[in-house]
Amino acid sequence: MSAAPELSAETGKPTGTVLEVSDLDVSFPSESGRVHAVRGLSYQVAAGEVLGIVGESGSGKSVSSLAVMGLLPPQARVSGSIRFQGSELIGKSDTDLSKIRGKKISMVFQDPLSALTPVYTVGAQIAEALRVHAKGSMSKQEANKRAVELLDLVGIPNAAQRAKAFPHEFSGGMRQRAVIAIAIANDPDLIIADEPTTALDVTVQAQVLEVLKTAQEVTGAGIVIITHDLGVVAGFADRLMVMYAGRAVEQGPVETIYAQPRMPYTLGLLGSIPRVDAQEKQPLVPIEGQPPSLVDLPPGCPFSPRCPLAIDACREAEPELLTIAPGNPHAPVDTTHRAACIRTEELARPDAGAAEVYGAEVIEEAPVASVPRAERTTVLDVRELEKHYSVTKGAVLKRKVGDVRAVDGISFDIVEGETLGLVGESGCGKSTTLMEILELAAPSAGSVAVLGKNVAKLGGKDRKAIRRDLQVVFQDPMAALDPRLPIGDVIAEPMVVHGYGKAHIEQRVPELLGLVGLRAEHAERYPAEFSGGQRQRVGIARALALEPKLIVLDEPVSALDVSIQAGVINLLDELKAKLGLSYLFVAHDLSVVRHIADRVAVMYLGKIVEIGDVRTVFEIPQHPYTQALLSAIPIPDPARERERGRIILTGDLPSPANPPSGCRFRTRCFVFAQLSEKDKQKCIDVEPPRESRAEDHDVACHYAKTREVV
Amino acid sequence: MATPLNEADLADSAVTAADARSEKSDKSSGRGKLVARRFFRNRLAVAGLIVIVLFYLLAFTYSWYSPWAYDELDPAATLMPPDGTHWFGTNQIGGDMFAQAMRGLQKSLTIGLLAALFSTGVASIVGAAAGYLGGWTDRISMWIVDLLLILPPFLIISILSPAFRGKTWLILVGLIALFQWMITARIVRGMTLTLREREFVKAARFMGQPAWRIIAKHIVPNMASLLIIDATINVGVAIITETSLSFFGFGVQAPDVSLGTLISAGSDAVRTFPWLFYIPAGFLVVTVLAVNFAGDGLRDALDPSSSRSRRKERKRIKENAGKTKSPAPETVGAQA
Amino acid sequence: MIGFLIRRLVNYIALCLVATFAAFSLASLAFSPLDALKLRNPPAPQATIDAKSAELYLNQPIPQRFFTWLGGVLQGNFGRTIADQPITDELFRRAGVSLRLFLLGITIGIIIGVLVGVLSAIRQYKISDYVATTFSFVVLSTPVFVIATILKAGAQSVNDNLLGGYQFFIVQGESGTVDGGFGDVLLDRLQHIIVPTLAIVLTQVAYYSRYQRSAMLDVLGSDFLRTAQAKGLTRRRALFKHGLRTALIPMATLFAFGFGLLITGGIFTEKIFGWYGMGDWLVTGIQKQDTNIVATVTLFIAVCVLLAGWLADVLYAVLDPRVRI
Repeated sequence: MSAAPELSAETGKPTGTVLEVSDLDVSFPSESGRVHAVRGLSYQVAAGEVLGIVGESGSGKSVSSLAVMGLLPPQARVSGSIRFQGSELIGKSDTDLSKIRGKKISMVFQDPLSALTPVYTVGAQIAEALRVHAKGSMSKQEANKRAVELLDLVGIPNAAQRAKAFPHEFSGGMRQRAVIAIAIANDPDLIIADEPTTALDVTVQAQVLEVLKTAQEVTGAGIVIITHDLGVVAGFADRLMVMYAGRAVEQGPVETIYAQPRMPYTLGLLGSIPRVDAQEKQPLVPIEGQPPSLVDLPPGCPFSPRCPLAIDACREAEPELLTIAPGNPHAPVDTTHRAACIRTEELARPDAGAAEVYGAEVIEEAPVASVPRAERTTVLDVRELEKHYSVTKGAVLKRKVGDVRAVDGISFDIVEGETLGLVGESGCGKSTTLMEILELAAPSAGSVAVLGKNVAKLGGKDRKAIRRDLQVVFQDPMAALDPRLPIGDVIAEPMVVHGYGKAHIEQRVPELLGLVGLRAEHAERYPAEFSGGQRQRVGIARALALEPKLIVLDEPVSALDVSIQAGVINLLDELKAKLGLSYLFVAHDLSVVRHIADRVAVMYLGKIVEIGDVRTVFEIPQHPYTQALLSAIPIPDPARERERGRIILTGDLPSPANPPSGCRFRTRCFVFAQLSEKDKQKCIDVEPPRESRAEDHDVACHYAKTREVV
Repeated sequence: MATPLNEADLADSAVTAADARSEKSDKSSGRGKLVARRFFRNRLAVAGLIVIVLFYLLAFTYSWYSPWAYDELDPAATLMPPDGTHWFGTNQIGGDMFAQAMRGLQKSLTIGLLAALFSTGVASIVGAAAGYLGGWTDRISMWIVDLLLILPPFLIISILSPAFRGKTWLILVGLIALFQWMITARIVRGMTLTLREREFVKAARFMGQPAWRIIAKHIVPNMASLLIIDATINVGVAIITETSLSFFGFGVQAPDVSLGTLISAGSDAVRTFPWLFYIPAGFLVVTVLAVNFAGDGLRDALDPSSSRSRRKERKRIKENAGKTKSPAPETVGAQA
Repeated sequence: MIGFLIRRLVNYIALCLVATFAAFSLASLAFSPLDALKLRNPPAPQATIDAKSAELYLNQPIPQRFFTWLGGVLQGNFGRTIADQPITDELFRRAGVSLRLFLLGITIGIIIGVLVGVLSAIRQYKISDYVATTFSFVVLSTPVFVIATILKAGAQSVNDNLLGGYQFFIVQGESGTVDGGFGDVLLDRLQHIIVPTLAIVLTQVAYYSRYQRSAMLDVLGSDFLRTAQAKGLTRRRALFKHGLRTALIPMATLFAFGFGLLITGGIFTEKIFGWYGMGDWLVTGIQKQDTNIVATVTLFIAVCVLLAGWLADVLYAVLDPRVRI
């Protein structure tokens, strides 16, 4: 193993195993005791191979990769072995490690916004990566020139000029490209990408994944990609490792794991994600409970408290990784499919689908859903709503730089018992729309009517009365509840504000808690004592307190881990059916919208570009932007994912302060790019009007054409 | 009535309820206990607290056991070094230094405490109102803050000193507080600005809660730790301001004494009659130091270790960031 | 950016004027400068008092008095003291004395403070960190007049005991009367300035090192530092090149606040070491109930504080590209 590595004829790179981690243990001291973040982890990465590591937050996936880089904080205790190209990394000094870091192993971090030093130019930071390993043999000019080439390689337009920009002048996607440029600067043999696209929009995520693939082709490096999103790795990774509570619970070739997961946790994870390519409503599998605390793990399988298949034996000893199917003996690394579960045979049965094992069912629709749309009451009617505000620049020295047309004339309505999904990338104006509706103030232009009452014309008293019918559930369950109030008071607050009697409130709070699946005794506890999913349930209970007609949901599940997400989505679905609620569901995750919404509106730069029945829009989208959005969503199915063509949008969202003339999407539109000059002129000059293309399907595009993209 | 929606939800709540119960043992008595534990782990902070309590006791009970009163003179002993009769020695006219130091300590501590409470109160009201209401309330109050920050409080109070000479020392308390709230107000305003954007405050607004109730019910209670810490630190600052003024004769006036007037009187004779200077100076420094240590310990205990939790918070936001909200405002126009 | 700085400067000038007006009015209300004449034994005749009153414009409303004074200031005439001395002549001499002390103190203080702060953050929880932290705590808990008095006594002891009576440290006055060349004058100034400057430097070091330490600690956990290490910089190099440079940014804002501390400290230091600077003048002015002196000193302080604030703005823009546009 420690012999000189063989070199590949094609790439001139070492072949065989690049990284071999065995029995890695990492622990940190904490207030409540030592946290065992990684426990006995072993894996290998072959040259040129892509290994996906999947797990929820706190599963130890990031910590283990930081351990490889030797970048854990000093108080971390690391043991086991990390061998890179045959030499042991644990115990090496910082100086020795710094010769390997950035040269042989490089890393791409999760949050591109804070990954670059704010005070140096992007070009200088890339050049630094080159010069620090060149040991004086590279001049500043050479390094700068090479930095520009690298920026060009990762797809930054005008690289020479952009290299002189500071990080804050780059968008998130561009910063992540710059970080990738740093990572590939010295042609490394291993690239570790820690949630490289989590902080990015879906279209940008598709771009960055594309760049990572290019990077791999250029460098021939092995890649470790860490993610919580089973979709992201499906089309990219060769092998997969699923982590839970600091250990690998399943590993093997990616196709095998997606097709035949043998660990109930993996099965649940796969079943808990709504799929954008679902033809009809699929049941969503919630994994109950929450991951265990890593301070004091009880004996037995750490997943057993949440596992539907758990038997007594599961609680006695933690299962080893057991071989399910032997792998290819000629592969440079071990490709055996293994799972840490003693009940794998149960999952081998043909009827062991996630829904069956976890007992999830499709939730039935409310009776009102069968009434034709035109005959139902309109709950919310938004007409030509506009919201413009001035934008300031600079963190401290604020100056006005222009007018942002965050929402620029949008119209939609929601009827009783209906869910409208409002989707779009960050900055498209969907949150602003929502706040405009919730403020109940007269908008800059246009009108908002709740239950037929125009809010601009309401007096103070009527406005307060209308708030009863319009409630909100926020995105972040941590921030949505006042940490100083017991949740009973949190839920009672709206009723107190609206002058309900004490007796009524006392009776209603336990009722509401029950409705969202919590217990009456919970009323006395503080929000800090609940998990994220439970807090979101409290938020929903608060929204239900006044028996509203319409609930506005601002990304209600995006802050939750996937396994928790499903439970909350199911709850929302059930409440809707049971109470006949209408939802305005704002989300960036189209799969969730596909699952829960009846109609969907796609926003781009303050405009609705496509709106209609959810099946129509998802199955036969006509606007190029909708098509690009849908095509960018990864599908957790390696076979399908590999054969899908992907529409990669170029560039970032233009500034809403200075939107392109005519059609706002034209600067990034792939259809526009292929038009003749004459046809292009129409897009440049004329803003496409919203036109009906079919029953309940409006599109705003001059050249709308159906494309199948999912 | 409480109808669980399906089996799964029931199971979920049962499991987590059990979890929560097991955790409850150290949480039921809640934050208070945790804070106390963190505080008492910090030895310097505990020492600070003990010193403060001890000094208070000493200062307010000295007349019970001290053989001399602070305004009593012993013509037989002038400029005597500390001994059995005069524990801390005597001054030029035979005043007993122990009685005087205790009387001074009493005055300085009282003024410091009152001024700090008063100024933190003003700061929280002005800061929260400015931050929450915004607009002109914000502009006007921050302009006043800027204005008052230009002039060192010491300067203004000393200018005003001829006017309150011979009047009650409570005026001095008011003046010190009046010129000490600005920085706290700014911090409170900044925190209010963040809290205002927090979703639970928005939720309260969207359910129709009026502004003043939101400030009273959600904003100020959520800054309680900051305000407690700040009030503590402000005690130290107020004591320093008071003694500084008194040092020049602009604060507490004879025949009353404060640590400042004593130090002033002793400072000319540091080398010849050191006890006249070092004893009151020592009390002053130890008091302020104790207050600062206690304040620092409180910060660590209450503000669940500002840096650590802040980092965690940042990480959490990061995890959700891109999936959700728009990028930072300055990056909006990056591509254009 | 330039436009912004100009706008800020205009705002600062307005604040200066308002602050001076406030001080002038408060002083006019609080002071009764005629007491000295009235309480004289035997009391001065009414005519003398009236004459003095007219001379000091006491019969005019306060705003009018202020604008009369301000009109003079704009022409370079700061009015006269109660004792009828021209203020302007003394102003420049005294301002020079004070500025010498302030600028030297703050420059040395910031440099040492930043260094101490950075080192103690990097070596967090090591002995050196504890020493530095304890030092700042003690100094920040000690009023300047106590520090200055102790330093003064200490310097005298050093002169008497260690230097065998040779008065190397001179702790009274800002300069002596020296006949001789440039070298002699320089030595004389040095002997006078060392101890008072030290009094100021100590507080400044304590103040800046505390904040630099926490700014540096914030940076230590930052993602970009991790990126810098991930690209192959050693921890030390990443700390100094990426960490320190970024941790300096918040210091710009602190500089503005720290200046207020410096001024108050300066007043005491001057008074205790018998320097005839602005601080000493202020105290004298208040004791003599002289509105013009107080207003002049206030204006001087306001200008200093605001210049420092403006300088902080500029510094911020220099240090942080995010606010530069």
